[in-house]
Amino acid sequence: METVTLLEWLFDGLLALGLLWLAWRALTCSDLIKAIVLFITFGLLMALAWVRLDAPDVALAEAAIGAGITGALLLAALARLRASETSGQGAGHGERKGGTLRCPRWLSMVVVLPVAAGLGSVVWSLPPDTGGLREQVAANLETSGASNPVTAVLLNFRGYDTLLEMIVLLLALLGSWSFGGAVVRHEVEPGGILDTLARFLTPLLILVAAYLLWSGAHAPGGAFQAGAVLGAAGVLLLLAGWRHRTGRVTLPVRLALVVGAGAFAAMAALLFVVEGQLLKYPPTQAGILILILEIAATVSIGITLTALFLGGKPRKEKESQ
Amino acid sequence: MNLSEYLTVVLLAAGAVFFLGGTLGLLRFPDVYTRIHALAKADNVGLGLMIAGLAVQADSWMVVGKLLLIWGLVLLAGASVAHLVSRGALQRGVRLWKR
Repeated sequence: METVTLLEWLFDGLLALGLLWLAWRALTCSDLIKAIVLFITFGLLMALAWVRLDAPDVALAEAAIGAGITGALLLAALARLRASETSGQGAGHGERKGGTLRCPRWLSMVVVLPVAAGLGSVVWSLPPDTGGLREQVAANLETSGASNPVTAVLLNFRGYDTLLEMIVLLLALLGSWSFGGAVVRHEVEPGGILDTLARFLTPLLILVAAYLLWSGAHAPGGAFQAGAVLGAAGVLLLLAGWRHRTGRVTLPVRLALVVGAGAFAAMAALLFVVEGQLLKYPPTQAGILILILEIAATVSIGITLTALFLGGKPRKEKESQ
Repeated sequence: MNLSEYLTVVLLAAGAVFFLGGTLGLLRFPDVYTRIHALAKADNVGLGLMIAGLAVQADSWMVVGKLLLIWGLVLLAGASVAHLVSRGALQRGVRLWKR
């Protein structure tokens, strides 16, 4: 057993040092594309760290959203930044490339160091052997409608957090749309390989999303992970050149974007009337109600992430181009 | 240790050798095409050996199926991405390395 513990310590130590080193490199790297790749690598190692901490739900979310979707969004943003720089629109960003801000470095240290010291002292002063709210969650798990404690917390005990998260996601998309439209066209033809890959993977990704959604009730998984997988399918389809015929945001897409937040709000209002409290499910129907909310949330998250990847509200390509 | 555990150790070690080779190739090979060539070995054969090593220890056929599915997806994604990267490099005019 001794060598196993030693190996685990070695692995965890390397993981922690690797995370710190990757974070530092990603922040200080002057080449933006390198910084993004470092950030994605950081996300994957972070997911591994969550696995080591026995938090597979967070690990799944970190890998799918933190590393996967965020990485794709950053790469898409960088491509648009470069396009606007070369076409002369972004003349003001000329200094961005060096990655240096004009703010003196000691100033940020003055702000960051006290915060880090405060956080550190708080963590240090925590009583060592508290289970947190683990016992309360375990005691009420039977009435929550889900046997996976993470899902029970996210959708039942702290359901309003998830309701607000859905609204935040919707607001993020509206914010990106309010900056203007994205002319949807492909710079290069995607080619046969990407096309075949997208055609093969999309049904599989939808199946995986459904599996994650369903297994979220009793095992690691859930709406956010499933939504991220759906979003990945959407990004893959966009990369392969798939476009909606009209090039506009149609009514079904709009409905899919708001169905998550809408279903949550409607459920909250309904339960407020029936049960007298926001998102207080009757224990016998909790399971099915949570499943309905999760399906709506998954669809919304998937479509929203895909729409965010476009980088703006889709509008029709000009006829002259 | 029984026979299946020895088998797992051998398969995992063989997989690790392929990963080491792929990583060395990625770091040391001269151009993008040869680096992709090295990387594909780690992804395909290295992961395949690792999957085989883990499948020997699996409790049920369900787990074996999931492991094989992971391998198949990585094979598909790895081959496609290798193709896309090298095609992108060719289109941007990256020259083939010649001694």
